[in-house]
Amino acid sequence: MSQLTLYGLAAAALFALGLYGLLAYAHLLRKILAVNVMGNAVFLFLVALGRTDPQQTNPVPHAMVLTGIVITVSATAFALALARRLHREVGAVDLDAQSRRGEALDSTQTEESGKS
Amino acid sequence: MVGPIVTPLLVAPLCLLLPRRGLYPLHLTVSLTGLLAVVALMRAVALEGPLRYAMGGWGAPLGIDLLADGLSLMPLLLTALVMPPLTLYAHDYLDEDGDKQLNFWPLWYLLWCGLNASVLTADIFNVYVTLEVLTLAAVPLVVLSGGVEALRGAIRYLLFALLGSLTYLLGVALLFAAHGTLDMAGLAVRWAGDRLDAVGLALIVVGLLAKGAIFPLHIWLPPAHSAAPAPVSAALSALVVKVAFYLLARLWFWVAEPAAGAGLLLGGLGATAVFYGSLQALRQGRLKLIIAYSTVAQLGYLLLLFPLASGAALTGSLLQMIGHGLAKASLFLAAGNVIHVLGHDRVRDFAGVGRLLPTTWMAVGLSAISLTGLPPSVAFLGKWRLLEASFQQAQWWWVVVLVGGGLLAAAYLFRVLACAFVDDPAYPEVHRLPWSLTWMPLALAALGLLMGLFSAPLEALLLPGSPFAEAP
Repeated sequence: MSQLTLYGLAAAALFALGLYGLLAYAHLLRKILAVNVMGNAVFLFLVALGRTDPQQTNPVPHAMVLTGIVITVSATAFALALARRLHREVGAVDLDAQSRRGEALDSTQTEESGKS
Repeated sequence: MVGPIVTPLLVAPLCLLLPRRGLYPLHLTVSLTGLLAVVALMRAVALEGPLRYAMGGWGAPLGIDLLADGLSLMPLLLTALVMPPLTLYAHDYLDEDGDKQLNFWPLWYLLWCGLNASVLTADIFNVYVTLEVLTLAAVPLVVLSGGVEALRGAIRYLLFALLGSLTYLLGVALLFAAHGTLDMAGLAVRWAGDRLDAVGLALIVVGLLAKGAIFPLHIWLPPAHSAAPAPVSAALSALVVKVAFYLLARLWFWVAEPAAGAGLLLGGLGATAVFYGSLQALRQGRLKLIIAYSTVAQLGYLLLLFPLASGAALTGSLLQMIGHGLAKASLFLAAGNVIHVLGHDRVRDFAGVGRLLPTTWMAVGLSAISLTGLPPSVAFLGKWRLLEASFQQAQWWWVVVLVGGGLLAAAYLFRVLACAFVDDPAYPEVHRLPWSLTWMPLALAALGLLMGLFSAPLEALLLPGSPFAEAP
């Protein structure tokens, strides 16, 4: 059981690291990577759960991890596509800087972004 | 029970193959199966109590079960009522843009599938999967309107949604570690209420709060919902955020037994959301932003269920959910019409719109009745039940929230109405709208009022399987 605790603590540390990255960095690529770190933390914990009994493995957490990986991959791909499009349209992949530059670019929407 | 999930899922890829004219039969098929399935399920649940269906014949501990009871039928009914008018509206609204249509429909039907699947599933991991189906269909729909504003809103929405779902998944992993099952009924039996359960539930709740845009985690909602195309805004505000609330209620009362203090905390968040959202709505200059902040406020009422925790409160919050869903969908469609005709949605420059779009403005007026909670709307009944519950539970302070929120809603909505009835002889040339654009907002708003007259069967439906002994 102590081994599971170890994995659990590692997962918690990774999750916190990812959460910090998601909140602290403005660059979108870093945010997307941080989300992936968070996802891997959960998967690490789930994989560890599959092997609590040394005699046999529990397949259910493995199935969950596989499903989770598929979802994370597609979400990441989609997020990257959005980030690329933002870069093409605004010229920055930065959530804070882009709002200032974005206003300069399309003057019709200046009022809206100012108010939101 | 599988029908409402499978039909839109099958239709989604078909949309890519068919030309625009061929889509109409598909819309009607999915709408009709949705409605018929809900009616059949409501009948069955009323006669026989909650239904379980083992998908693929595997059964609960290993397989994934579907569950239909009074609670899950409410969002299912809301979806079945709101999505068909939105679909017909979208069909004409996206008329000109062939390319947009091609991308729109598969995502739209995936969204529909996700909405139905996430309320019918009885497995907490499958909830994660269906929530991701919802998110990954909803975010691209936001981007479709094309502007930089929409793109920014979508990215923020996606990041928040991913944060929410991973937090939720961590909670699921903890609960699985503690109890070795993912089935909701199984969890409810084995629920211990110890510290591990509490942490798992807290993570799940925080994840769902982020998905449902509840007060401190709401900041993604206004930009995303106001920048999306009109039918998408309507679906997101009326339906998608409600799924998170439904899941909160399901896990809170059906699976776990949290302490009363936690319920008070959620109620406090809801109350803050009501006031904060309403005040923000008063400050906005654009119609769609007003409506979006109004959603933040109206979602707050739903959270009053958690401190009140009684049969009357459950009925109240679910009726409020239905009332808000219908009214909000109608308002966003009306805003779409205004943008379609005027080319902007600045409330200041609305002079003459009332004469230009009489049916649309009628819909706005009727929705305002629902949102402020005046009789005979179904939202009024919902608020009435919540008031009743606050008195029963001797928690009078929620009354302040319910009444104050209604007054503030009246303030920001009547401001919109007033601006439109200023007569301006210089209003632009009238060009006729397609029939669906004219009538769908009015149909939704009228439904919100009429449902109030027929809500007794809905209340009776909540009885079977309800965790509250003293049901209303």
